[in-house]
Amino acid sequence: MSTSPAEVDVPDVDDVVDPDRPWIVLVWNDPINLMSYVTYVFQKLFGYSLEKATSLMLDVHEKGRAVVSNGTREKAELDVFRLHEHGLWATMQQEDAP
Amino acid sequence: MVFGFGGGPIRRERDGTFTIRLSEPEQVLLKSLLAQLRTLLKLEGGSEITDESGVRRLFPTAYAGRDDLEAEYQAMVHDDLLARRLANIDEIESSIVLPSLDEEQLGTWLRTFNDLRLVLGTRLDVSEDDLGPIDPDDPEAPAQAAYEYLGWLLEATVTALTGSLPDPEDD
Repeated sequence: MSTSPAEVDVPDVDDVVDPDRPWIVLVWNDPINLMSYVTYVFQKLFGYSLEKATSLMLDVHEKGRAVVSNGTREKAELDVFRLHEHGLWATMQQEDAP
Repeated sequence: MVFGFGGGPIRRERDGTFTIRLSEPEQVLLKSLLAQLRTLLKLEGGSEITDESGVRRLFPTAYAGRDDLEAEYQAMVHDDLLARRLANIDEIESSIVLPSLDEEQLGTWLRTFNDLRLVLGTRLDVSEDDLGPIDPDDPEAPAQAAYEYLGWLLEATVTALTGSLPDPEDD
């Protein structure tokens, strides 16, 4: 079977149902990090708009945690590393089976 | 948004650089805190370091409840994370006297001042409520004052850096 290069491009993780269950990255609430700092880090690391970053930050603050990114295990590990580098409390886990 | 020096110690200029105005006592305080953080980081991972020191807060768990994957992950990244934090301290000890910084340099300040605040806050066991008035007779008063100062400096740094963010990708 032949595939053109266009067809083997890495798909956008947001649009794809991964049979291997994608990984999600969670950020957990902590009493020290400033709300403005957390919002800035979400914008800086993930390219999110101020609105989206603020909404995620408020989820962390009010609900105790929020899913901030998802994808392959490798991508999730990189995101967790960058969040840890910025002092945020991030963990990763596989999404629950449907 | 108008942001003058009346509002804080860091101002973003039109050319994308940042003008810094820290007094000498502020520089002395920050250098002392950085030296303390370096000492803790160099002991990190060893048996002398307790959870109360606060430094463990800078190396969180990535895989909660998965000890096998967590051990693998920490073996891969822990030393890198530690080396980056130590290199940031070295860099700031040189850049703290500069009157002007670029975005990358100020980003290093931001992360490292946040590291300092995380370690201090963990040691002081702070909650989300304000510390309230500081009792000068409290042996922790200097640490509490440093914690409050770092919060103020971080707010100013975040405000300045937010002006340099590129257009968002998600809308």
